[in-house]
Amino acid sequence: MRDGTSASAPIPLTSEPCDYRTQCEPVRARFDRLKSRDVALRVEGLGKVFRNADGAETVALRGIDLVTHRREFLCVVGPSGCGKSTFVRILAGLETKSSGSVSVGGVPVSGPGADRGMVFQGYTLFPWLTVKRNVAFGLEENGESRHVAEREAAQWLALIGLERFADAYPHQLSGGMKQRVAIARALAMRPRILLMDEPFSALDTQSRARMQAYLIEIWRKIDITIVFITHDLDEAVALADRILVLKAHPGEVEELIEVPVPRPRHPGQSLMPEFRATRARLDALIHPSDAEADGPANLGGLDMVTRMASVGDEVE
Amino acid sequence: MRTPLPQPHSERDAVPAVAVAPLPPVAGAAPVAGRVRLSWVGAPRPLTRRRRVALTLLSFLLPLGLWAAVSYLPFLWHPLVEVTDPGDVAWMEAGMRVPRAAFSEEVAAARGAGTALPEGRPANPVYLPAPHEVAVAFWTSLTAPPPQRDTIWLPASLWHSIQIIFWGFTLSSLVGVPLGVLCGAQPTIARLTEPVIEFVRYLPAPAFGALMVAILGIYDGPKIAIIVIGTFFQQVLVIANTTRRVDPLLIEAALTMGSRNLRLIRRVIVPAVLPQIYRDQRILLGWAWTYLIVAELIGTSSGITFFITQQARYQHFDNVYAAILVIGLIGIATDIALALIGRRLFPYARAQG
Repeated sequence: MRDGTSASAPIPLTSEPCDYRTQCEPVRARFDRLKSRDVALRVEGLGKVFRNADGAETVALRGIDLVTHRREFLCVVGPSGCGKSTFVRILAGLETKSSGSVSVGGVPVSGPGADRGMVFQGYTLFPWLTVKRNVAFGLEENGESRHVAEREAAQWLALIGLERFADAYPHQLSGGMKQRVAIARALAMRPRILLMDEPFSALDTQSRARMQAYLIEIWRKIDITIVFITHDLDEAVALADRILVLKAHPGEVEELIEVPVPRPRHPGQSLMPEFRATRARLDALIHPSDAEADGPANLGGLDMVTRMASVGDEVE
Repeated sequence: MRTPLPQPHSERDAVPAVAVAPLPPVAGAAPVAGRVRLSWVGAPRPLTRRRRVALTLLSFLLPLGLWAAVSYLPFLWHPLVEVTDPGDVAWMEAGMRVPRAAFSEEVAAARGAGTALPEGRPANPVYLPAPHEVAVAFWTSLTAPPPQRDTIWLPASLWHSIQIIFWGFTLSSLVGVPLGVLCGAQPTIARLTEPVIEFVRYLPAPAFGALMVAILGIYDGPKIAIIVIGTFFQQVLVIANTTRRVDPLLIEAALTMGSRNLRLIRRVIVPAVLPQIYRDQRILLGWAWTYLIVAELIGTSSGITFFITQQARYQHFDNVYAAILVIGLIGIATDIALALIGRRLFPYARAQG
């Protein structure tokens, strides 16, 4: 396999075991440009300690350092319990931090603000407002007149391709459409950062792939930094410039991976060696061999499961 | 039941047969062909429209049928005898209802003495008029002025009662609903008000009757006050609890878009819980009717309660039932009307489930 396929492949893809840290020239140039931009988000020594009802303390996050630049797409992944949701909620100002500092565009974060838009995992459109008025909501809250806000909302709906549904109510939309409107609603306030907490995890596989493509398209067209929480590793590699990998108990930075997959991204890239190498690295970080799994990882050859069958039942 | 298959005893099959130990029979493990056990409880199948209408009618017709049976079938109950002709029994007169035993004693005595026998027919007690009597009373009390001059007309007394309810409930809601929403939205305000409200809630509203008369006079003032006292404290707690159940994600989403304080309450929390608050108000209005009867006994008796007590004093129990039925009909009509209006007002609430 190592010798044959690279010669016969129609496009010069190498199937050699590829290091996820090696970047081709355009990707490296892109990262250089990215890092020369302004800092959008700076997180220093961020920690979060939850105090339980019985007085015990749980360290959810410890010593997180992170710098993202303008127009960067950052994904945050990690095993369950690594505090990635807590992390993004602290960035949004919905959760207080125990230590460290967070600043957006040089301004320290203290509570929720219009400079950070947020898209949630669940559907959070206001059911009593039409789609257009949902998108206009943030603008009205920030002092725009209803007329101006609705006109701007119409433009955002055009961007996400839902202008036909301007006067529909959220319960008339599909899950994917609801999340598109939620994205438009967050973007309409012109935030510096868009925070997304597993926004597509409630969608079926096909809608999710479509939504990823939509999101990339939207992100290409406007000046926005995205912090995207996900547990879907393929999604992370497909979307991100860089991936922040957290580890659990306590939540600390495991690694900050620069994704070597070139842009523009498309679904076919999931077969590229860069993609697979990155994915393999994520797998190794997040599912380390057989630790903390639900059972022994190696099922083959062992009589793990007792056979449960009556005489005459069809079993192997 | 499954018939046991003949076991092939070839060499090949014999080996795994050792490994597969036959399991003891477990209840429900083997599906029994042709018999599916349906559950009446659990995954509910929606009723068809026809069946729903039929069941609704039946829920009214069943008690009505029971009432009619007890009233019209002489062999059911009828513990009394209504005297039609007293005969020579001195203490009897026509229309009197006497216990069956007493009547038959008198019949036996009269037969022994050779005097004229009393005559009568089986009857129920006076407090249980037959359906048709109540229906007639219902119609006449609504359409014709009362025969006695000192009694009030049912529609007039009813209108008075409705006004008392309206003002009591409106005054209570004007303060109770906003306060409840504030309590639900803000823990400090809730902690400051709810404990004392929780305490006052247990003080029975009628206990304030004499006090209210002393403060507000003997006419409508104390009656409205009793309804307010009976409704308000429950209302604050109920509305606060409803408000607390608002989806926290909606509030967080609004916070990230810059909504704050009163704007957050007005533009997010209130619309989010308004369908539920509306439903709460419908239930609370029902409670207000309950307090009405007590309230109208305070000071000068008035309204529908006055009508009922007076008719009961005259032993016009058909009118009493008619008045009680009117209250029930008004209650259910109001509720249905409010439910229909609510469906119009909150089209999205139904879709949410």
